[in-house]
Amino acid sequence: MKYLLLIYADEQSYTPQERQACYVESTQLTHELNENGQYLGASPLHPVATATSVRIREGKRLITDGPFAETHEQLGGYYLIDVADLDQAIEIAAKIPGAKKGTVEIRPVYELPDLPDIQ
Amino acid sequence: MTPNPPVNKIVEQLYQTDSRQVYATLVRLIGDFDLAEEAMHEAFAAAMLQWEDAGIPDHPTAWLISTGRFKAIDMIRRRERFDASMQQILSQRPSLTQSPLESLLTEIPDDQLRLIFTCCHPSLAIEAQLALTLREVCGLTTEQVASAFLISPATLAQRIVRAKAKIKTAGIPYEIPDIQQMPQRLDAVLHVIYLLFNEGYNTSSGEHVTAGALSDEAIRLGSLLLDLQSQTDHWSTSPDADVMGLLALMLLQTSRRRTRTDEHGDIVLLEDQDRSQWDQDMIRQGVELVEQAMATGEVGSYTIQAAIAAEHARASDVSLTNWGQIVRLYDVLLQIQNSPVIALNRAVAIAMRDGPEIGLTHLEAISGRGELAEYYLYHAARADLCRRLERYEDAHDAYERALSLTQQEPEQRYLQKRLEEISKFM
Repeated sequence: MKYLLLIYADEQSYTPQERQACYVESTQLTHELNENGQYLGASPLHPVATATSVRIREGKRLITDGPFAETHEQLGGYYLIDVADLDQAIEIAAKIPGAKKGTVEIRPVYELPDLPDIQ
Repeated sequence: MTPNPPVNKIVEQLYQTDSRQVYATLVRLIGDFDLAEEAMHEAFAAAMLQWEDAGIPDHPTAWLISTGRFKAIDMIRRRERFDASMQQILSQRPSLTQSPLESLLTEIPDDQLRLIFTCCHPSLAIEAQLALTLREVCGLTTEQVASAFLISPATLAQRIVRAKAKIKTAGIPYEIPDIQQMPQRLDAVLHVIYLLFNEGYNTSSGEHVTAGALSDEAIRLGSLLLDLQSQTDHWSTSPDADVMGLLALMLLQTSRRRTRTDEHGDIVLLEDQDRSQWDQDMIRQGVELVEQAMATGEVGSYTIQAAIAAEHARASDVSLTNWGQIVRLYDVLLQIQNSPVIALNRAVAIAMRDGPEIGLTHLEAISGRGELAEYYLYHAARADLCRRLERYEDAHDAYERALSLTQQEPEQRYLQKRLEEISKFM
């Protein structure tokens, strides 16, 4: 099964040293996942100040800055993994450094059945 | 020669004792709760018909599991025509067609554990865990579970459907946790059992008599878990002290069930209960389990609570209660779990040991902790100590305060009665 692990944390709460350590630890984890054949993708994201939100309303394109919800924790990065079940996904989520400061949300990826082939 | 009991009686009996085992194994083989349930019922129906002529098989449970899986294969083939996803089940589950009969039997305890751990998976909402455990592990009907929780069967059915859908889409495994995760996951299971027990225990008096069945189910689950621990080796220590402690606690509390309320449904305090009516069988089992749990040296909160209950159970008269030992046990419990309610109980035990005056000092010292000021038992305890010290004005105010904080009718009646008693002295 494919799972998207979404890492939410207060982006202000990291010191530059902590951020660096987080990248090192995360990179080690991606290598580990890759060796186990569980890795599909992973990346940190730029701060929420760089975000753009797009909505289509009545056929019109609405572009605004930032995410629209006021939250204390922001989406700061993700892992896309392929494992057997939720317990394995939890196991990996617990190794993500962001879990120590923030929250890792595990979402099973909905795989669309019968997708047409690209012509 | 005594005639054999009729086949339908034997099958009914087997349904009572073994249907949850058959079901647990079928869930593993089939990988689908609903299909497994249907297959299990078809297997029992087939037994009714076939055993009449062919006789009872040597291993009825294995026969039922095996028949159930072939019924499931039939059902899958029939539905394939309408539902393409059914095809996957057969191709992904070689175990469904290939497991030999002997391996089915040896896997039964593990399958029951798988079912328990899946239903109590922390990724499910706690209400869903409770409902699923009662429905899938204990085999209660949707109507029975709904009435125990005082909600409509439709609401409960919806809760179960959602929980099963989450198990499937989120990929919650049908597995026993590995040894590193076991302590935490076992805690979650014990928590579910404890909540079920309390739900039944606290509401069994007064208006909602049916909820008492929940306590019985909780005790049955505790015993099952203890049995499964001795039959399998997924534990660092077997049997686990917490499992014994929780089971002991439930047995010892339940041993007093008959005497906790009078014929009007009014509360009877521990000190006023007819101790000759306490269930001695349960007390013996409970005390034995506490001693075994204490002997492991890994003493958790359930075991200490059980040890306190055992001290009460041991005293054939309230005057023989060993309050010194009870205070010491509360001291240990406070170290494990620093909760205001435990501090309150400790203060009450100190009052019993050292007299109401010293007890009141301890009680008032913790009044600012947590939400005790809004907790009716705090004020009821304070009122009681003031009454014993003949400080009737203070007692009266505290009983009034307690009365304003409880919604339960039997508790309200108890407090009213006490208010009337002390009004004679004012």
